[in-house]
Amino acid sequence: MLVTVRLFARLRELTGTTELTQELPDNAVARTAWDALVREYPAIRDYEASISCAVNEEYARLTTPLKHGDEVAFLPPVSGG
Amino acid sequence: MATNRFQISAEPLDTVRITGSVSSPGCGAAATFVGLVRDHNVGRRVLWLDYEAYEPLARTTFERIGAEASAHWPSVALAIHHRVGRIAIGEASVVIAAASAHRGDAFAACRYAIERVKQIAPVWKHEHFEGGEAWIEGATADPDDEAARQTAFARACS
Repeated sequence: MLVTVRLFARLRELTGTTELTQELPDNAVARTAWDALVREYPAIRDYEASISCAVNEEYARLTTPLKHGDEVAFLPPVSGG
Repeated sequence: MATNRFQISAEPLDTVRITGSVSSPGCGAAATFVGLVRDHNVGRRVLWLDYEAYEPLARTTFERIGAEASAHWPSVALAIHHRVGRIAIGEASVVIAAASAHRGDAFAACRYAIERVKQIAPVWKHEHFEGGEAWIEGATADPDDEAARQTAFARACS
């Protein structure tokens, strides 16, 4: 399946990209997308313990299953306000 | 006005208009919180902040915070507006307005909302200070974290 991955703030800077397309196995969950991202961009590895994720613009878990066409976003710790 | 009470915008925030959007004839009180860009942080002289948001998720997160506040304070009408892009020292980055029949609920709901914004809104500050820049990273956003929600509630009612 193909999914779109979106990155924000320092994750966006460390990878140099706001959005990319990943090809993942059919049983992929959000963590599968994260692991593929870390393989491509090892500089983001330390975020593993502190990221949040969203699937199709809703907060999700790293265990959330993905399907073809989904948008997965990885969010570093937030600092709004 | 029920629509557009939860917004992300690159435009300067109009505190009076936002407060007006939640006020109605039955309201005896409106509490407005204005978050400002400060000229110092952890010993650094701050020059400006660039704010970034995952906008669709930020809007629905503001709506979620509004629903949480309604559950505790059913009579409160709430608005949350966050600005993104470059914001100068002294300008508003966030405005939260809460209106109710009486001041107690308005103050409490307003405080609750800003605490929840800081915990779970997908918004980030990029701080530019004398001699460098840094992303500010606070809480790992988890709307289902009940302990965080209770912390926000306790602060609102302290």
